[in-house]
Amino acid sequence: MHGVDIHTQRAYERKAARARSMARGLGYFSIGLGLAELFAPQVFTRFLGLHDRETLVRSYGLREIGTGLGVLSSADPSSWIWGRVGGDALDLATLSLGMDHDNPQRDNVVLAAVAVGGITALDLYCAQELDASRRVSQAPDYSRRTGFPRGLGASRGVAAEMAHVMRPRFVTDPPRVTPRTLASAR
Amino acid sequence: MKALRWHGKHDIRCDSVPDPEIEHPRDAIIKVTSCAICGSDLHLYDGFMPGMKSGDIIGHEFMGEVMEVGSENRKLKVGDRVVVPFTIICGECDQCRRSNFSVCERTNRNKKMGDTAFGHTTAGLFGYTHLTGGYPGGQAEFVRVPYADVAPVKIPNGLTDEQVLFLGDILPTGWQAAVQCDIEPTDTVAIWGAGPVGQFAIRSAIMLGARQVVAIDNVPERLSMAAASGAITINFDEESVIERLNELTGGKGPEKCIDAVGMEAHATATLDSMYDRAKQAVMLETDRPHVLREIFYVCRPAGTVSVPGVYGGLLDKMPFGMAMNKGLTIRMGQTHVNRWTDDLLERIQQGQIDPSFVITHTARLEDGPALYETFKHKHDGCIKVVLKP
Repeated sequence: MHGVDIHTQRAYERKAARARSMARGLGYFSIGLGLAELFAPQVFTRFLGLHDRETLVRSYGLREIGTGLGVLSSADPSSWIWGRVGGDALDLATLSLGMDHDNPQRDNVVLAAVAVGGITALDLYCAQELDASRRVSQAPDYSRRTGFPRGLGASRGVAAEMAHVMRPRFVTDPPRVTPRTLASAR
Repeated sequence: MKALRWHGKHDIRCDSVPDPEIEHPRDAIIKVTSCAICGSDLHLYDGFMPGMKSGDIIGHEFMGEVMEVGSENRKLKVGDRVVVPFTIICGECDQCRRSNFSVCERTNRNKKMGDTAFGHTTAGLFGYTHLTGGYPGGQAEFVRVPYADVAPVKIPNGLTDEQVLFLGDILPTGWQAAVQCDIEPTDTVAIWGAGPVGQFAIRSAIMLGARQVVAIDNVPERLSMAAASGAITINFDEESVIERLNELTGGKGPEKCIDAVGMEAHATATLDSMYDRAKQAVMLETDRPHVLREIFYVCRPAGTVSVPGVYGGLLDKMPFGMAMNKGLTIRMGQTHVNRWTDDLLERIQQGQIDPSFVITHTARLEDGPALYETFKHKHDGCIKVVLKP
């Protein structure tokens, strides 16, 4: 960011580093979950009572692996994380299929929905933080727009004679009784 | 002629309307060469200011060439180039004689409405609700200027529109905000809001000799522009404003605080901001005074609070006891533009300040409605929009 205070600059850098680190974590999580879904889909379908949906779970696994690799390999993973948010919505929609009262694993489905909800919140937060960091790095450079044609040094205090033109009258015309000061009180 | 008209919340259109005419012998008709969208126009755009009627011509920052003058107007002549202050003043009432121009007693032609709303009327304003006279504004090809033998500022040759346009509002507004802080050379001046008025308040505080000036905002490019003038920056999304201000002042807080934000504070991560949003949503509060609360808290005891930011109505949960016990001086109000214009024009001529630095977008009047959106959402690095009718 151009010209801002060093503290602000560092805060921007911390924010960007935090967001990138969070994105990396989500990327690894995505690949791990994707591999599990790809190679052991029956664990998920059994747990959720979604029988005969193994192919669907495998395809979700491929999606997770693809998104995870995208997050980890991209210089700006924001769009991949937004992709994860879309995937989360798809997961929640799929879980809603298992919410039927005749599903004996309904409680597990609710548990999974809560977990996916939590992950969605993390994904959303991460995507917004990445976008905010990008906005900082892409902000227009106004660091030369001083407004002072003569330069900053020559402008400091150039109008000092105007500084007190609105000074309250009780300061400019002190009352006749001199206020008690520490010195006069002794 | 073409003019930007308010038709409701978030509904501004460039319409064809009848040309204005001289209605009083002191009037003048101005052909607008440049006009600007002001942050306070956004309060109208967002529907926060009461007293607007569908079809009102908006805009109160404008300048141009005199096309016609009334028979009693001895100040202006056809062809003069003038900046028109947003406050309409008579120059003769008790308040005008005291230079309190923004509370001129005669120019609000809806005085009764002003009296009811404010206790006593304030001055008439261009394009800014019927509470202040319902005068057609300056985002138009032509404007009728009432009492045109008093306020308009004649512009000498050699200065561009961009250098002088802001004499009509935001430059003297930022200036007055700083001047009413009564700045000492040892002072820290903290300025909330690095929009156009905040930018001018920053430059004014530096010109008036403040030891350090701190700009607080969360828009990166605004902070970049603030830093360009030597201000220390705080991004309130990333840093604690109170901690940083205390750090910068040896734990004592800034002596002078300026609220250049007003009624639509955008802080979202604080409890009081959420409270304001909720109350505003159910119409139990008109303004979101997060900045004022923060200022009361962090300002040094016996310090001064200056408020150029526009507030419209009712503010809730104001820690007034804090302000009272700390002995804060609070100074506010619409700008007494003509109190400052001669001096500021001279400073522009001398090259002490060039206000054109703040302009980020220039467009045709017809593009105005789209630029309102750009300005509101701060897209495309937008800080200040100038329109050319």
